[in-house]
Amino acid sequence: MTDTTTSAAITEPIVPKPVSGTVDYLDQRVGAASMIKGLSRKLFPDHWSFLLGEIALYSFIVLLLSGFFLTMFFVPSMTEVHYPEDALPVTMQGVEMSEAFASTLNMSFHVRGGLLMRQIHHWAALMFVGSMVVHMLRIFFTGAFRKPRELNYLVGFSMLILSLLAGLTGYSLPDDVLSGNGLRITDGVVKSLPIIGSYMSYMVFGGEFPGTDVIPRMFTLHILLIPALILGLVALHLFLVFWQKHTQYPGPGRTDKNVVGYPLFPVYMAKAGGFFFIVFGVLALMGAFMSINSVWNYGPFDPALVSAGAQPDWYMLFLEGSLRLMPGQPEFVILGWTLSLNVLIPAVVIPGLLFTFLGAYPFIEAAVTKDTGEHHVLDRPRNAATRTSLGAAFLSVFIVLLVAGANDLVATHFGLSLNAITWVLRVLFFVLPVVVFVITKRICLALQRKDREVVLHGHETGTVRRTADGRFYEVHQPLDEFERWVRVGHHVYRPLQLAPAEDANGVRRPGGRLDGIRTTLSRFFYEDRVEPVTPAELATAHSHGEHDQLPAGESSRVGELTSTSGTSH
Amino acid sequence: MSARGRGRRSRFAPMLLLAFALVLVGGIYTAVAPNAAQADTQTTGDAAHGEKLFITNCATCHGTGAVGSDLAPSLIGVGAASVHFQVTTGRMPMQASGAQAPAKPPQFDESEALDLAAYVATLGPGPEIPTEDQVDPAQGSPANGMLLFRTNCAMCHNAVGAGGALTEGKYAPSLMESTPTVIYEAMLTGPQSMPGFNDATLTPDEKRDVIAFLMEQRGTQPGGFALGSIGPVSEGIWVFIVGLGSLIGIAVWVGSRSS
Repeated sequence: MTDTTTSAAITEPIVPKPVSGTVDYLDQRVGAASMIKGLSRKLFPDHWSFLLGEIALYSFIVLLLSGFFLTMFFVPSMTEVHYPEDALPVTMQGVEMSEAFASTLNMSFHVRGGLLMRQIHHWAALMFVGSMVVHMLRIFFTGAFRKPRELNYLVGFSMLILSLLAGLTGYSLPDDVLSGNGLRITDGVVKSLPIIGSYMSYMVFGGEFPGTDVIPRMFTLHILLIPALILGLVALHLFLVFWQKHTQYPGPGRTDKNVVGYPLFPVYMAKAGGFFFIVFGVLALMGAFMSINSVWNYGPFDPALVSAGAQPDWYMLFLEGSLRLMPGQPEFVILGWTLSLNVLIPAVVIPGLLFTFLGAYPFIEAAVTKDTGEHHVLDRPRNAATRTSLGAAFLSVFIVLLVAGANDLVATHFGLSLNAITWVLRVLFFVLPVVVFVITKRICLALQRKDREVVLHGHETGTVRRTADGRFYEVHQPLDEFERWVRVGHHVYRPLQLAPAEDANGVRRPGGRLDGIRTTLSRFFYEDRVEPVTPAELATAHSHGEHDQLPAGESSRVGELTSTSGTSH
Repeated sequence: MSARGRGRRSRFAPMLLLAFALVLVGGIYTAVAPNAAQADTQTTGDAAHGEKLFITNCATCHGTGAVGSDLAPSLIGVGAASVHFQVTTGRMPMQASGAQAPAKPPQFDESEALDLAAYVATLGPGPEIPTEDQVDPAQGSPANGMLLFRTNCAMCHNAVGAGGALTEGKYAPSLMESTPTVIYEAMLTGPQSMPGFNDATLTPDEKRDVIAFLMEQRGTQPGGFALGSIGPVSEGIWVFIVGLGSLIGIAVWVGSRSS
């Protein structure tokens, strides 16, 4: 016995026997070695913003783990019970409620760790959607959705929609007043659909709202169907990231044909593995110290009740805001049929438009650029001025709707008039996106011009020299190659030109109207632009003596806006 | 003192100085600040003294004899409870015209408020100030109070009484700091935008149940920090600031170590 351990220690000084044995077992049966060898050397580029999606992934894992715990104690039933007289909290003793609500109270007050798990689950849910949205913003503003990643963008987009559904269904399960208010709004939105609305509502709730079917139905959706779909899409999402390779930020040596980064093993295994525990830790701390969705504050659901400050979770708040901003008048009765435009427009049409824009954007941009090349180097947001401005305008609308959803809290906390806030937000809903678009675009173009300036002239050093003949000039520090790479490497799109309606032989141009729209959009996107510095320009700039000064005639061209309008500048 | 340390101060010196100054100022304030009026056992005031106070402080708007004017309503028949509520919460005398009179540090102490209340009560019969027994939360049922509160009060005051917005800059104030007596008086008299709940709408026992429910909200929160008890909006703000904020901070750190 002693002999064998000694010899093992000599022959295998690094890897302990149980590990090497297991690995060998797996290798002989499924060929694990070659698989791991390939995967472990796969390179990933490094940047903090690439971890945003990981936050979402890890939050999802925390959701699965804590959610599994919660299903052990939750009873998805609307059977009426009386909460025990001797159970906590005292405000609920003997109160009539559904079994779903009673089991939620019981798990919060009488199951060891139950409230902690509930709070971790809820914080993780908010974090999941929040990190998804921020991740999506990163994808949007850096152009990571371009070919070949349009499909993966749609996979992510679908997950966002599914996560909203997961949130809505999960939020409704405890059957408290607040979640019931949310369901009532859902019911109202469904009913606002012309013709089919009331039938749809009866189908969803199994009769008149609220009925007794909705909690068991939501439960099945929330714990089975939606997580299974999300899990499948997560797998597809990650597989596509692997398969198509990760994008990288522009930098020295980085092109569309390579990946510059570190290997999966050991660098990213350590980073990602460690980051999982950090995310889990932060969520656990939040669950431990910050109360969330204290359902006993609201009490069991009763359709007659609604309390002040009734709002949905933040990811549904834009919908609430949209409903709060809409004036109530446009409701019409046509031949006995009610057309509730006051609900249909804010709750169906506006979210529909917002999400359509979000989902369709990669395809719109591909259509107006007619670019069929692959892109693996990300854009700096300033270099895609129109995209960045559209994204910022979109965000401004979203934020207006968020604030509108919380208009009563804004009123009480800032001592303002609720009516004034609502009117200001109604105006901002239309005006702010335009203003934000224009300002963002100007900022982007100005930053591009600054890039040109710096590439051609170098950094200002603040050192002013005087020459022997009395002239003053500022010394400029030329950029090194690494700095320059980032500033001149990007591609600039030009507006598409519409071919003549008929060619020389009188044959009409194919494409017709669609081409016209495409050209108009293309002009909107790329009419204003700043050309990156060409090697020739750089050579010219550098050939002008040791103090980087350009002759007046040439320097006026620096950062000049070029335009296709044909007029000479 | 070492040679190295002689010439310069520690970089923590300004912070320590600031902390010291804050403690000093805070300490002095605590020492000399006026103490909040102590509730005494006196239950009936001196109407004659109350009349003098009224003429000096209230008659400008409410008129001599409290008959009312263009600026303020008549107080004949509002009762002692109404005066006690308005004066002890500092709402009256009003500081400035506005959407509604906000609560502020009271201008009169408890006995002066009782004198004023006694004077106004002599002008016409009205609701009386509740007794200690009537507002004792220990004798009420928090569970029944919860049911009553959410049916009658929560639509303006929020589910646990954290307050909420009304139209045109008016608001239902937070009830987290209000005394049981003041809560009872508010229910009874319906100050400002609030409807009154007379003893036929909410019996005295039911009013006590509501008070018991509200007092129950002030204990330890089972889930940790209550985050203002205003629901999902504050939770959303916290998840972005504390949760996502710290995680993005850590992500920057993780991402910076190898590049």
